[in-house]
Amino acid sequence: MAVTPAVGTISAAAQDSSTMTDTLRISVNGTPHELTPDPRQSLLDVLRETLDLTGTKKGCNQGACGACTVLVDGKRVVSCLTLAAMHDGAEITTIEGLAKGGELHPLQTAFIEHDGLQCGFCTPGQIMSGVACIAEGHAGSPEEIRFWMSGNICRCGAYPGIVAAITDAAERA
Amino acid sequence: MLLFTLQKAGSPEDAIAAAQAGARYIAGGTTLIDLMREEVERPERLVDINALPLKDIRVEGEDLVFGALARMSEIAAHPDVLRLQPLVAESLIEGASPQLRNMASIGGNLLQRVRCPYFRMHDAACNKRQPGSGCTALDGLNGGHAILGTSEQCVATHPSDVAVAFVALDATMRVRGPDGERSFPVEELFRLPGDTPHLEHTLLPGELILEVRVPGGAHARQARYLKVRDRASYEFALVSAAAALEIEDGVIRTVRIACGGVGTKPWRMRACEQALIGRPPDRANLEAAAKLALEGTRPLAHNHYKIELLPRTIARALEMAGELA
Repeated sequence: MAVTPAVGTISAAAQDSSTMTDTLRISVNGTPHELTPDPRQSLLDVLRETLDLTGTKKGCNQGACGACTVLVDGKRVVSCLTLAAMHDGAEITTIEGLAKGGELHPLQTAFIEHDGLQCGFCTPGQIMSGVACIAEGHAGSPEEIRFWMSGNICRCGAYPGIVAAITDAAERA
Repeated sequence: MLLFTLQKAGSPEDAIAAAQAGARYIAGGTTLIDLMREEVERPERLVDINALPLKDIRVEGEDLVFGALARMSEIAAHPDVLRLQPLVAESLIEGASPQLRNMASIGGNLLQRVRCPYFRMHDAACNKRQPGSGCTALDGLNGGHAILGTSEQCVATHPSDVAVAFVALDATMRVRGPDGERSFPVEELFRLPGDTPHLEHTLLPGELILEVRVPGGAHARQARYLKVRDRASYEFALVSAAAALEIEDGVIRTVRIACGGVGTKPWRMRACEQALIGRPPDRANLEAAAKLALEGTRPLAHNHYKIELLPRTIARALEMAGELA
């Protein structure tokens, strides 16, 4: 499937063919994509602007807040600080890829049950980071969860609910 | 972000040729992309080196060897690192966030740029960003800045934690450039700012970091990293100390100390080490030796607290290392 890169970021680069990269093949939530991103596009911008997957949020856009956390080949990364063109062949999982057939991921359910959010802006990043935190085996205690979730900032201060949700989901995993 | 071209290197030779033609290396990109977006870094060409075969983590005798592209999280979780070099693992875990540790390469970690706020603030003078423009931090908000190795041109600290561990443990690095390979101590990678703060390291044009080698030994197995900071995690050090100890018959036989958050480069504390050889590792000896770290310090208006904090951090890190016995 060919997708046109976001207008505006590509126009200047398109005038100079040397700035174009090769075709980028990535799988996002199991769906393969063939793209020709502008070299300047972050993975976050390709997800949001090219693929319309706006669940992943742009917070600080400098790698400090964690709102843009996604899994690349199973590992959590901040998608704002990495160029999309450097991920040829990668398998990306975003918040849109967690629910299976209308059934929420257990951590999504736990966030609802434990009020792990207020405004919700940081929540997709919190949940993606939490999924990885549990998979890494770093969710053994509230102290451990707080340390290993420190890359995700919540300005509403919903941390007690976030830690409770991850604790709960880790016990059920 | 300004325009740039991106190419991918299939071999170290490809990468070095691209660098000779003006390209900058990019691996994890966590520093470079951030600073390119701020237009503090303005490379016109990037060469992606992630496909190069430099990802290995291996044991040679008691030495550990890290390929330059090994990620912080991979090294920190490696069983041989935890067994032979717990200080390296601890210093890595205490740095950045889980996401950034999955992304950042060990070579890039050593070459990361300073976190002085004025470095990325275009309306403030900064000799690193624009040589000759002045140093806003000198009379500005300098609570987090250095007390060792500073100059009138720059007072920014080197931000890496693992570099402090590497300097303490006498790690060496192997690099390859247009004229071949060479090895040198990691400590010699870093330059003092002096009159040229825009020059931060001693790599020659086109040189590519291949690997970092950390010598093992009894002291390396009994080593800790203490990082004092404003938050419990995901924050840069106000003061940090890496301490490695070998105690035999109740006295210190081998000791290595280096500190972060205080120097314009990772700072080895050789006077403290010398004072401890042959002494019992009791609190009085550790505190007396730690005070020697203050020689040559030059506090600024807002970081006087580091004069108190530095020896305390060193003494406590040594105690923590001693508790591993």
